[in-house]
Amino acid sequence: MKRILVGIKRVVDYNVRIRVKPDNSGVITDGVKMSINPFDEIALEEALRIKERGAAEEVIVATVGPADCQSQLRTALAMGADRALHVQADGVIEPLVAARALLKLVEREQPLLVILGKQAIDDDNGQTGQVLAALWNRPQATYASKLELTGNSARVTREVDAGLETLEVELPAVITTDLRLNEPRYVKLPDIMKAKKKPLETLTLSALGVEPRQQLKLVRFEPPPQRQKGIRVKDAAELVEALKKKGLL
Amino acid sequence: MSSKILIVAEHDGAKLNPSTARCVSCARTLSGAEVTIVVCAVDAGAVAAQAAQLAGVNRVVTIENAANAHALAAVLAPQIVAIAAPYTHLFGPSTTFGKDLMARIAGLLQAPQVSDIMAIESATRFRRPIFAGNAILTVETSADEKMVGTVRAASFEVTGAGGSAPIEKANVQVQLPTHTRFVSVSAAKTDRPDLMTAARVISGGRALGSAEGFKILYSLADKIGAAVGASRAAVDAGYAPNEMQVGQTGKIIAPELYMAVGISGAIQHLTGIKDARTIVAINKDGEAPIFEVADFGLVGDLFQVIPEIERLLS
Ligand SMILES: Cc1cc2nc3c(=O)[nH]c(=O)nc-3n(C[C@H](O)[C@H](O)[C@H](O)COP(=O)(O)OP(=O)(O)OC[C@H]3O[C@@H](n4cnc5c(N)ncnc54)[C@H](O)[C@@H]3O)c2cc1C
Ligand SMILES: Nc1ncnc2c1ncn2[C@@H]1O[C@H](COP(=O)(O)O)[C@@H](O)[C@H]1O
Repeated sequence: MKRILVGIKRVVDYNVRIRVKPDNSGVITDGVKMSINPFDEIALEEALRIKERGAAEEVIVATVGPADCQSQLRTALAMGADRALHVQADGVIEPLVAARALLKLVEREQPLLVILGKQAIDDDNGQTGQVLAALWNRPQATYASKLELTGNSARVTREVDAGLETLEVELPAVITTDLRLNEPRYVKLPDIMKAKKKPLETLTLSALGVEPRQQLKLVRFEPPPQRQKGIRVKDAAELVEALKKKGLL
Repeated sequence: MSSKILIVAEHDGAKLNPSTARCVSCARTLSGAEVTIVVCAVDAGAVAAQAAQLAGVNRVVTIENAANAHALAAVLAPQIVAIAAPYTHLFGPSTTFGKDLMARIAGLLQAPQVSDIMAIESATRFRRPIFAGNAILTVETSADEKMVGTVRAASFEVTGAGGSAPIEKANVQVQLPTHTRFVSVSAAKTDRPDLMTAARVISGGRALGSAEGFKILYSLADKIGAAVGASRAAVDAGYAPNEMQVGQTGKIIAPELYMAVGISGAIQHLTGIKDARTIVAINKDGEAPIFEVADFGLVGDLFQVIPEIERLLS
């Protein structure tokens, strides 16, 4: 069966203004809205579109994380995924651990495509897709803004610093999404009801044989330095004057 | 134990990208570190010569292979891993080139990666932004383990010239994958300064209304020798190409002067300009969040203000 595996990470919603805990041990997440990482929504949308075009038969969403993550998996099922895999794990999950767990799922499900986000907007690591591709010894096409499947390969347009780069990768491969790949659909209420009946399987890291090793110690969280609030100028002339005085024009 | 840092050079086959010199500056903040630059290319000569001139570089290593005509992470990573053994730290720039490649290297080595290093506190302690720069995290790696890092270019100056490091050829014999093929790259050719390194940047937002609307920014930019950037909203709407996007998921820049024109100042945008020396905001909404971070704020209609500024400079 032609499958697509999509990584889903539960993150603090992008609209939340994050605050560091007073004791510098982390950021405040109590009572904060949590969502699917926006890049993962894009990944799921792309997988659903590929399936709708008939180029895949099943879309599986997977997350590695604590029990709470199931609510994001349910949302993903409501968006249209066929089934969900929850690898139960607590504490900090580094990209290498996430990638090892995803690799185990890849070995089990044999997808033709794995689509992940280019970065999780909480840790901003931007590593998991590349690490998975390396462990799996398969191609990676990161920062995708266009994806076309042709037989045994994919043609991927990537957003790179210079502009747009196109790669051709043999399948199976790992793709990571950029913002302009698509615009994710909204979840409709009846779909939320239907999603409750879709399969959600719970696994554990240890059952998969993945050690939850943490390689980086999180020493201290700090708020960023604040910029001094500046002044208002009344018109273009005053602005030009002020910038000239600072030697900027 | 002294640190041995390997920096992966970013280049286009002929010229070394300035992001590499910023990685060298970062590496040099670790006192006593030995700094090596590796250049992977078809013919590495010209780029290696430029790398050898960077101040503070101890050695340049070249890996030449016909497969290195384009920077494909899956092809480059095993070659770099092949020479990685003696090094304690492997750095690359936090550009799309470096982010794509370094994490693949980390995967092959099963080593931890610290992304977007903004400061080095010791051989095992690094500071990096998380949550779109709304928190700064200090992380510690283990001294017995290699680490991989991407260097946030905007946090470091370009290291100067004046070096004369020896250049050595590495003989790397590893099987390279053929599953990934380069097809094409389309980059708009422009005579304007590069957005990543420009001293002055003018960025436009959704308010510009069209690609046509951006012309008033290009015109002013050309007058003052500035690069032009854009918000995500402007890029999404097709007013500007993707390579112009500034922010959390675009380019992170640190110009002397940043002018945000018709940009509201969403956190994701501000992440990209936190290190700008002077920020100017031009927005018709006096309550726009961009004014919170602006050194000079002007409330007004950009379609009047921008031509007016250009006129005043004539
Ligand atoms: C995961 C994620 C990643 C993102 N990454 C980025 C990123 O990297 N970079 C980025 O920029 N955004 C990013 N965004 C989007 C960000 O949240 C904002 O939506 C975006 O920055 C808004 O762009 P804007 O300021 O141009 O548009 P708007 O917010 O619509 O602001 C337009 C502004 O123009 C002003 N205006 C209108 N007409 C005029 C006029 N005639 N004269 C003067 N002012 C006028 C308005 O008052 C308003 O303030 C990201 C979002 C997400 C969810
Ligand atoms: N714990 C996780 N569970 C599922 N997917 C993940 C997890 N961590 C990361 N990913 C995927 O990898 C992408 C990049 O994450 P990161 O490397 O943490 O920035 C995310 O957008 C997800 O698609």
